Amino acid sequence: MQRRKFFSTLGQAALMPALINGISFRAFSVSPLLQALASSSNEDHVLVLIQLNGGNDGLNTVIPLDQYSNLSTARANILIPDTLVLPLNGYLATGLHPSMTGMQQQFNNGKISIVQGVSYPTPNFSHFRATDIWLTASDSSQTLDTGWTGRYLNYEYPNYPAGYPNTSMPDPLALQIGNTQSLALQGPSVNMGMTITDPTNFYNLVNGIQDAAPANNYGHELTYIRQVAQQSMAYASVITAAANNVTQQSTAWPVAGTNSLADQLKIVSQLIAGGLKTKIYMVNLSGFDTHSAQTDGGSNTTGRQADLLSKVSEAVSAFLTDCAFLGTGDRVVGMTFSEFGRRIISNGSTGTDHGAGAPMFLFGNKVQSGILGSNPVIPANATVDDNVAMQYDFRSVYATLLNQWLCVPVSDLNQIMLQNFQVLPVIQSNACTTDIHELNAAAGKNLVSCYPNPFTQRTTISFTTQGGHASVQVFTSEGQLVKTLANGEYPTGTYKVDYENEDRASGLYYLRLENESIQQVKNMEVVR
Amino acid sequence: MMNRRELLTFNHNAESDSPPVLQSSTGLTPYTGTWTIAEVKHLLRRTMLGATKADVNYFLGTGLAQAVTELLTPATAPAPPLYTYTTTYNDPNVPFGSTWVNAPVNLLANSYRVKSYRSWWISQLLNENRSIQEKMVLFWHNHFATETASVNDARYCYLHNTVLRQHAVGNFKDLTRAITLDPAMLKYLNGYLNSNNAPDENYGRELQELFTVGKDANGIPYYSENDVQNAAKVLTGFRIDSTNIVSYFDSTRHDSTNKTFSAFYNNTVITGQAGSAGANEVDDLLNMIFNTQQVAVFMCRKIYRYFMYYTIDAQIEADVIQPLANIFRTNNYEIAPVLQALLQSEHFFDLANRGSLIKTPLDFTVALCRDFNVVFPASTLLEDQYTQWYKIHSQTQSMGQMLGDPPNVAGWPAYYQEPLYHELWINASTLPARNSFSDKMCNNGYASTNSLIILDLVTYTTTLDAADDPNLLIQEVIDRNLSEDVSQAIKDYLKAFLLGGQISDSYWTSAWNDYLGMPTDVGFYNIVSTRLQSMYQYIMDLPEYQLS
Repeated sequence: MQRRKFFSTLGQAALMPALINGISFRAFSVSPLLQALASSSNEDHVLVLIQLNGGNDGLNTVIPLDQYSNLSTARANILIPDTLVLPLNGYLATGLHPSMTGMQQQFNNGKISIVQGVSYPTPNFSHFRATDIWLTASDSSQTLDTGWTGRYLNYEYPNYPAGYPNTSMPDPLALQIGNTQSLALQGPSVNMGMTITDPTNFYNLVNGIQDAAPANNYGHELTYIRQVAQQSMAYASVITAAANNVTQQSTAWPVAGTNSLADQLKIVSQLIAGGLKTKIYMVNLSGFDTHSAQTDGGSNTTGRQADLLSKVSEAVSAFLTDCAFLGTGDRVVGMTFSEFGRRIISNGSTGTDHGAGAPMFLFGNKVQSGILGSNPVIPANATVDDNVAMQYDFRSVYATLLNQWLCVPVSDLNQIMLQNFQVLPVIQSNACTTDIHELNAAAGKNLVSCYPNPFTQRTTISFTTQGGHASVQVFTSEGQLVKTLANGEYPTGTYKVDYENEDRASGLYYLRLENESIQQVKNMEVVR
Repeated sequence: MMNRRELLTFNHNAESDSPPVLQSSTGLTPYTGTWTIAEVKHLLRRTMLGATKADVNYFLGTGLAQAVTELLTPATAPAPPLYTYTTTYNDPNVPFGSTWVNAPVNLLANSYRVKSYRSWWISQLLNENRSIQEKMVLFWHNHFATETASVNDARYCYLHNTVLRQHAVGNFKDLTRAITLDPAMLKYLNGYLNSNNAPDENYGRELQELFTVGKDANGIPYYSENDVQNAAKVLTGFRIDSTNIVSYFDSTRHDSTNKTFSAFYNNTVITGQAGSAGANEVDDLLNMIFNTQQVAVFMCRKIYRYFMYYTIDAQIEADVIQPLANIFRTNNYEIAPVLQALLQSEHFFDLANRGSLIKTPLDFTVALCRDFNVVFPASTLLEDQYTQWYKIHSQTQSMGQMLGDPPNVAGWPAYYQEPLYHELWINASTLPARNSFSDKMCNNGYASTNSLIILDLVTYTTTLDAADDPNLLIQEVIDRNLSEDVSQAIKDYLKAFLLGGQISDSYWTSAWNDYLGMPTDVGFYNIVSTRLQSMYQYIMDLPEYQLS
């Protein structure tokens, strides 16, 4: 864990072989640099969002066995036989769809949390409106044009895209695997994400002279396209490098081309393990709008939903296995969501119409495994209007992930979620230890630097504090403390201090500023 | 809440008091300004796929009114797609070179038929007449979206396409009725399974939400959930005859109870009809829907966003949308009068509205082929011909648009998803795909067994007015292919490609004249061809080239 923090903070590939080859972690962990760096943490947490487009039928996914009699009245033509429902350890009254063996096993291994009855007040039954509500985290009657993760990323990296990429955040803030950018990643002024299909195949874009964009619609669109081109060029090499860092992945993955969700998640896992500091990944699987042929009849264990749930289960399970294989399991939490559940009673097309509440899955080493909430109550004589009741607002799940996993302080949650939502016990309580927001918020700012650089004998270091305690230190590239140049209370402002090299060898040194919870590290090069 | 434009401007400029965005203040008053390449190109790029030099020159001679009249003339129905895929699949019952559209259903053949269908559709786009027809067929394909993957019968998809063609610039209410009973749509949204015993709400919902009235105004829904259920009941009983590829009405599956709708529909009661008369309820339903004011407003906004730009501010709403909606209602939902008013208006030609649309993937690939007169294999090489049309489709698909398969029933997000709208066509995956395609078309082209599709840039350049003068050449290429003029710095940069490191313009002039003097000389040809390739390729890679 501490070794990873060291890497991700410095982000210096040149340093990695020396650390990996032969230098023991324990010996290294006592170095002053590592001790200093270890005071900030959690910056390597990653959130993976899986969108199940179309509205997944929750009642045939997480099956309430204690409601089975009423369920069999309400949806006889798509009912899963109770004997075939996959049992979950410790939860006799609840089981999974028979095609979800992978996720059953992961649940029993403590890697999955299920939240029951997730919805919001006055649910909307339109795919498009409901999807927007889930992506923006709006009220049912409210229209927002920013996404919830876009607002989070804007909060964490407020200057983006100005000043990015930089040494603190050299990687895309969010990556969408696919062809269309999600509204979820829309920030107040720009989309905070980048969309890729193949992490190892980027195309060289034109990088010539540019006319100023005029202040009209044409200029607005021109600016947008240029920004995408610049983003693509800026991040192509780091993404390719991360992908190339991982040459072997778990054998749990299905054959490429047989499960599109697994193919997407495999790339996500590769890039996480390859060292990207990207915070949010988005993937999706379509086809859950099962108005008809949700099941094939007979025992109702095959059909469109069975095929889809089988893919979800296989993909999520392989992802967890691969993260364990690649040693990233503690860094990743994932979540599935769909714009709505489906109606309690089935229709005549062996399908189900648009509904409301449905379960959500959270997965990863750091989730509190188990089932939160109770089985939905199925009425004895369900009518066409009856829906699965809401137990938890989906925005409580978001707020929880922001607070307990992405470590946004409770006092700041309202900036992102726009109103108060309860925090749910779905993430292990020790996942966030310190506040890292200020660290990331400073990423676009240049808080410490030196001039000249490279230098031979002497350089002048400038550092900017936001008040409180600050220290400025120089380390060798091996992590040994060379000198402490400042250490004390520094009111808000910019300070200068000279540094003498004193005959130390040529090469790379690190200049580190610590100011309260903020820290920044820059390279210094001595040339003799 | 601060609008997005202000935020963007704020963030992208160093000064906090950035200049205000140029806004139009024009409406539907007929345009009477200049009629030059710039105006003709603007009209053609919005109503057709690209603006070829021949078409631009033709309409320069007709004037605006005549141009719009001609563009709004529907095209005649094209010949159907053919069976050409002998080497990949042997379609029984269909001889090579004949059409499969009426052949017996064949699940094994279906994916090949779908491929043939897509290729055929690309060829309609590549070879469009001087008409808005193809742009409108694409508009309706996005509006009444269906997916070949779900319909799972290419014959239905083709029939559906002919319905869109038949009504493309006809009557919107007639089109809506035809689509409601269209086998592909009945299959796609499960209308064929919708019965009195178990109504399926899928079509009843989308008919209102996506096809006619829209979902809501500021989060307040127009219609109720009860209206969805009742619309579904009205539409019970329609089935598909898969042998004859037609829909029919089965009265035993129809819900013949009375259906009472909400206040939005003036509490209309659609009286239940038993027996074959039950089929008439669909007209009662459509009459009720089309009697609302909202249908015309919803559709005119959608048409506006398709042809103009996604921002509809209060001025545009008052001076463009509402007047267009009045025209639509007054003309009983005839489409042509609405388009005519828009395309001839001051607002359409307002400088603020030029060059502001991001090209759709089809506008990028097909228009590139059309503007540069790419030659496709003749029908004597039938299999090759379809193969090459399909290559254009595959490239378009890699840019995020798959003809016949919008991502869902709402169509492509670029047409509806706030706040980005058409910006969704461009991302770090699709922008490189566009550049990769134009680069390849400028260089090696796409080969199939007996043919090569490629930009013949030397021949294209000979059609220009003054190709021997590098300055005039570059200016004409920019005028015809970009929306706005570019700075002298960029022109100089482009000229450097032609001069190949030399300083004097005469270097290009003599190279070009050498080539013209002896076009068969490989050396002379290569000198101009490599330089032109680099220059055109650079232009097509410019972000400016993505706009129309």
